[in-house]
Amino acid sequence: MVDIYTKPKISAAQIVLVFSILVLVVVVGIPVILIFLTAFFEDGKLNIPGFVQILKDPDTYQALWNSLVIAFGTTLVSTTVGVFFAWLVARTDLPFKKTMKALFLVPFMLPSFIGALAWKVLLSPRAGYINKFLMALLGLERAPIDIMSMGGIIVIESMYLFPFVFLQVESALERMDPTLEESARISGAGLLTITRKITLPLVLPSILSGALLVALYSLAHFGVPAILGTEKGIYNIPTKIYERIYSSGGSFRAIRVGTILSTILVISAALILKAQDLLLKKGKYQIIAGKSMRPMLLKLRALRTPLLIVSIIYIGITVILPTVTIFLVGGLKTYGLSFELKNLTWANYLEIFRWKMTKDAIWNSVYLSLGAALVTMLAGTMISYVIVKSRPRGKFILELLGVLPFSLPGTVIALGVILTWSGRFGINIYNTPWIIFVAYIARYMAFSLKSNSAALQQVSDSLEEASRACGATHFQTLKNIVLPLIRPGMISAFFLIFLPALRELTTSVLLYGPTTRTIGVAIYALNEDGETVRAAALASVALIIILVGETSIRNFLARLQKQE
Amino acid sequence: MSELKLISVTKRFNQVVAVNKLNLEVQKGECFSFLGPSGCGKTTTLRMIAGFEDLDEGELLVDGEVYSSSYKKYYLPPEKRDFGMVFQAFAVWPHLTVWDNVAFPLQIRRIPKLEMEKRVKEALQSTGLSAIKDLYPSKLSGGEQQRIALARAVAINPKVMLLDEPLSNLDPKLREEMRFEIKDLQRRFGFTILYVTHDQAEAMALSDRMLVMNLGVVQQVGKPLEIYNEPANKFVFSFIGLSNFLKVRVREGKAYPLGQEHGPPISTEAPSKYGESCYAAFRPGEVDLISGSSESGVPAIVTRSTFLGDLVDYRISIGSQEIRVQKPKKNGLLRNGEACRVRINRIHWFPLD
Repeated sequence: MVDIYTKPKISAAQIVLVFSILVLVVVVGIPVILIFLTAFFEDGKLNIPGFVQILKDPDTYQALWNSLVIAFGTTLVSTTVGVFFAWLVARTDLPFKKTMKALFLVPFMLPSFIGALAWKVLLSPRAGYINKFLMALLGLERAPIDIMSMGGIIVIESMYLFPFVFLQVESALERMDPTLEESARISGAGLLTITRKITLPLVLPSILSGALLVALYSLAHFGVPAILGTEKGIYNIPTKIYERIYSSGGSFRAIRVGTILSTILVISAALILKAQDLLLKKGKYQIIAGKSMRPMLLKLRALRTPLLIVSIIYIGITVILPTVTIFLVGGLKTYGLSFELKNLTWANYLEIFRWKMTKDAIWNSVYLSLGAALVTMLAGTMISYVIVKSRPRGKFILELLGVLPFSLPGTVIALGVILTWSGRFGINIYNTPWIIFVAYIARYMAFSLKSNSAALQQVSDSLEEASRACGATHFQTLKNIVLPLIRPGMISAFFLIFLPALRELTTSVLLYGPTTRTIGVAIYALNEDGETVRAAALASVALIIILVGETSIRNFLARLQKQE
Repeated sequence: MSELKLISVTKRFNQVVAVNKLNLEVQKGECFSFLGPSGCGKTTTLRMIAGFEDLDEGELLVDGEVYSSSYKKYYLPPEKRDFGMVFQAFAVWPHLTVWDNVAFPLQIRRIPKLEMEKRVKEALQSTGLSAIKDLYPSKLSGGEQQRIALARAVAINPKVMLLDEPLSNLDPKLREEMRFEIKDLQRRFGFTILYVTHDQAEAMALSDRMLVMNLGVVQQVGKPLEIYNEPANKFVFSFIGLSNFLKVRVREGKAYPLGQEHGPPISTEAPSKYGESCYAAFRPGEVDLISGSSESGVPAIVTRSTFLGDLVDYRISIGSQEIRVQKPKKNGLLRNGEACRVRINRIHWFPLD
């Protein structure tokens, strides 16, 4: 064969591919490999007995067990609550449905560690306000409710994680072809039978995928167990890793224990994701109708008002009560005083913006999350384009590296980043903001890839081919056709990273230095030091920033959607 | 006695009247179609009969028994009506096998196991599904999925079968085949069919009687042939086949195409009841094209001829108006721009709008 075109030796596409692989290898690949190497090898030799010995150590074994129990309990409670409210909103004639639906998603906005802080203030066995009130009211010797327990951790995590299930199931119920239920009805089945035999089995894939998300999240969750558990000696894997590393001042032995526990976390997460994959494949059927009709609604009749009240109370307890508590505690002159006007002051709030530690924390969080969101979004767009559109050899490496971040808990990423960036390869950015920045990119790359590749898959190849046929170069096609079409996906990737990064705790708590605290770390540290009032004041400021951020973004996205 | 009776049934969605004062009687064992364009209220009527929609006014009686009544505020729930129903989107349950889909209505009715197996088998056999009874629907074609829906509906031996555009998601060839299968099933199980469709050929082929509906109002009820031969109005005429409407001026029983009053008339039997002007309506096949030199017929010009295989499709202009004519190929081919004369064999007369 004679090649009549003179091809350059290295094409632009190859450079982009190599660069994409490089980004993923450096940001995700090397940290993960180093974790496994450190876990299994000691002094260059395979060390399985050492691995087993650490797992057998009652201290670490207990943490592992707690992590599993918390994950299991949280998944169970969140799924039950989520499915119930989803059904109530989508399938009954509950009044004010639209408002209720929006309200059920509010717990997403409230960072769970701030929620946990509020509940500790209200329900800690020693000084909890509600406990004190109940003890006085009922003349009890001991606090009736102890939130600082395994049960407490499970309940509080469920409060803030159930929207994962709610969101999935509610939308499945809403989009489901109503004739699937109508044909069961005309077959003679009553509403209860239909719910049991038709509706629930059909939305089971959505229930499971929501439940597994909760499991994945709670298995590796740091915030709630750290605030409610550590004081009482209840540790899960992430809090145990933190405790070991900090009590030993960052010794390598502690880090090694951390990597072994991380390995277990990664394996569990991978198993959960694999299970999700299998279940979703099995239940892969179309239940969404082409034409939308109103689904049949169960008439609640006499239960209509009581169930509305139950829902409102639920939202009141999970969202309003903790938020109000945080704001009130943040204004107290001294912690432990009653919430009377004479005990409240604005000074605490003003101090947040004057005091260097909190001022730094806010600034760090804002610029780190903005920067990480921008970089991760752009890198994700490039990598997704290579994965989805050009099909070069070696693409499978990219795909493998691309899915990896999905199964990496924040603690694991932090450890991997410590191992990689504290001098081993000649670069030491430990104790600088850069290490948090790099960790955020690794942690949120999965979001960016997901959002960008979803957008890119919508852009049919023929659109690009049409542009090339019109005489545009590859670059012009990218600039004029592809990028404008995937812009919504890119923007949503940006916010999917920016908002959670703003309130991040799990990763940054292992990486912060004296001047590089994030908002999450600062709140946590203040709480640890017993500065509950200051912690609450900072948390209030954080809540306001998050609320303003979320609403303005939602408005912005809605306006964008209207334009398109 | 009539099996099904609708008395002055009215349904509104917000301010829009979807069905307006519908009166209807359907006999036992009849195959009755509702025909009309989308949004005409035919599906709403069927859903009211099924019990999925309440009535804003009127009553529904089955076998003389009240099933729905706006006056008594009484509605027998759909699951108590013992009807069979097939939906356009198949609505077979993807998490159940073919067998379990068909057995579901019998399980609900707590039919004894042996009896149930016998009936499921019979339903599967008569729909040709026996060989694939253990498969899941998502693996099957649209035609097979719709057969499952049919088998599921006949399994309970319903007195009335409601079919909501059951064939419109299938390809044309399969559609024709399934028509006969539905008729076969009816013969075997002896149920009454209420059939909703927007396809006039389907309605004609299947129905004993049919109802043409537009904008919630009944236009005509009758046997297919009656409706075809004696359409009640312009809408019915245009809906049940290809149609031409030629504006004519009527003078002394003679009808002239508008603007051609000095040439030969298109008919000498025009009615006087619509006054000076009206529509002459006719099918494209009811027109004779005679060569231009002939004396009889109205002069016209071929503006476009399209060869369709067995037929040739012409656009022909008569003065400022254009009509469509279809003739068998064997009659020869006229060329574009050729002058010809037009004679119309069968004309329906309708007043101007």
